[in-house]
Amino acid sequence: MKRSGIPYAAAGIIALVVLAGFSYKGGIFVNQNWSEEQKSLIASLSLDALPALPADPSNRVADDPRAAELGKALFNDRRLSANGKVACATCHLPDRQFQDGTPLGHGVGQTNRRTMPISGTAHAPFLFWDGRKDSQWAQALGPLESAVEHGSDRTALARQVAVHYRRDYERLFGPLPELTSLPDHASPEGNSAAKSAWPNMTEGEREAVNRVFANIGKAIAAFERTIKPRETRFDRYARSLQAGTAPNNGLSETEIAGLAIFIGKGNCINCHNGPLLTDNHFHNTGVPTVEGLPKDTGRALGALQVKNDPFNCRGRYSDAAPPDCTELNFMVSEGDELLRAYKPPSLRNVALRPPYMHAGQFRSLDEVVRHYNKAPPAPAGHSELEPLNLNDREVQALQAFLATLSEED
Amino acid sequence: MTRRQILKSRLLWAAPLALITMVGLGAAAKMRSPLPENLDLSLTRYSDAGVYETRLDTDMNPVSIGAMHVFTVTLKTRDGRPVEKAALTIDGGMPQHGHGLPTTPRVTADLGGGRYRVEGIKFNMPGWWTVTVHATSGAGSDETTFNLKL
Repeated sequence: MKRSGIPYAAAGIIALVVLAGFSYKGGIFVNQNWSEEQKSLIASLSLDALPALPADPSNRVADDPRAAELGKALFNDRRLSANGKVACATCHLPDRQFQDGTPLGHGVGQTNRRTMPISGTAHAPFLFWDGRKDSQWAQALGPLESAVEHGSDRTALARQVAVHYRRDYERLFGPLPELTSLPDHASPEGNSAAKSAWPNMTEGEREAVNRVFANIGKAIAAFERTIKPRETRFDRYARSLQAGTAPNNGLSETEIAGLAIFIGKGNCINCHNGPLLTDNHFHNTGVPTVEGLPKDTGRALGALQVKNDPFNCRGRYSDAAPPDCTELNFMVSEGDELLRAYKPPSLRNVALRPPYMHAGQFRSLDEVVRHYNKAPPAPAGHSELEPLNLNDREVQALQAFLATLSEED
Repeated sequence: MTRRQILKSRLLWAAPLALITMVGLGAAAKMRSPLPENLDLSLTRYSDAGVYETRLDTDMNPVSIGAMHVFTVTLKTRDGRPVEKAALTIDGGMPQHGHGLPTTPRVTADLGGGRYRVEGIKFNMPGWWTVTVHATSGAGSDETTFNLKL
């Protein structure tokens, strides 16, 4: 009988492992005896670690419930769009984590990027995939006058507020300016008719309209601040682990194995860290380009845009003192690392919202994980990824763990 | 072949197979980038060429991920005299990842007595970070690198 040498090899490996004192903890059959370091990493991802809502010094009505109420009405108001059919809630669907489940957003036209979820963005120093805005209120302004989203303009928006929300607006922000003598449609952004009307207004008129425009954003931001992440199965597991009670309660062996990969050999935690599972920075992960979309340089352009945005934290429409604008004051605004770098979104509810990446490049979490496992070169710039060499079971375990980050109704 | 010869031949190729597997496991461990052993985490250090003794005071202990930090740098000559009016620049990054800090810190106040306030320091990942203070004064130009474990 021919006998294999494999048992001998296996015995040899075991002997060597024992001799070297080597213990392989990242394997698929992970034991649940987490090290102190692993426990600490798991606790850092838990919702219990989420700090109180940070103040937004750039928005003095950020925590005013009346502003949140007005903001909620504006968020859902289709009259703020060029065709009367598009509200913020058209793409940020409240019953779908405030996103739309499509690769690209569809407002008046089609955007070039995937709609981002809103929950927890009050904690984000920079908004949008490329961070071209530095507050929730400044972010809310972008789509309003984007030709493919609301397609509106600043004078039209100010008029809508005057007609439908005058009382609520004025008790928060003071009297609206006189609008009757202004062009129906005027804005420095958006469609060409509005753009050509804007320079014909006096500086005082432009300033007054800009202020109403900014205040619309501030009210919407006050509403968006109330959209917060809720507890998940992972959070309950993390809490019981910290408390030392029934650490396996609630997560399957496969999900726990996925968690071990997430905080270990998967390197996921490098960028998806903290209780919102994002580092709020920008990373090139070699995500492919999409045929038919314009050239997209990601953070390289976004950094320049936020620096020069008249509605940023240092701008005249901000309520902050410039030294309070630390994120903007100390941001990295140039360098190779910014090219095709995008913000890692929060992974809370990630399994519930395919497709993935900044232009919906991947249809499923399986495609996402396999992309990270393979780590292909970036179409431009330099990918930060290294191949992970995860086997199929590990790829599946990681996906199983990601599904534990979903909120349950 | 005798039984003994068979056993010998099996052991002969079993040993390299085991070694190859070990190397593989070692490579996997390396990819996960454990912290180097004996990383010097002291926050008072001499600069590379020995011109300065540099101290870094952090605003929280342990230093946390994601927060915008304000550190204080204290610069002395080797014989303990404070170095006033030095020009400082600060950078850093993750040696194992090949990237820099996510922010651009800078000195925002000369606090006197060789002390300088540095704002805009942020660390966005767990792991080994370095912060390097480049100092230029009448005593010379030199740099001091600190290790931080987050």
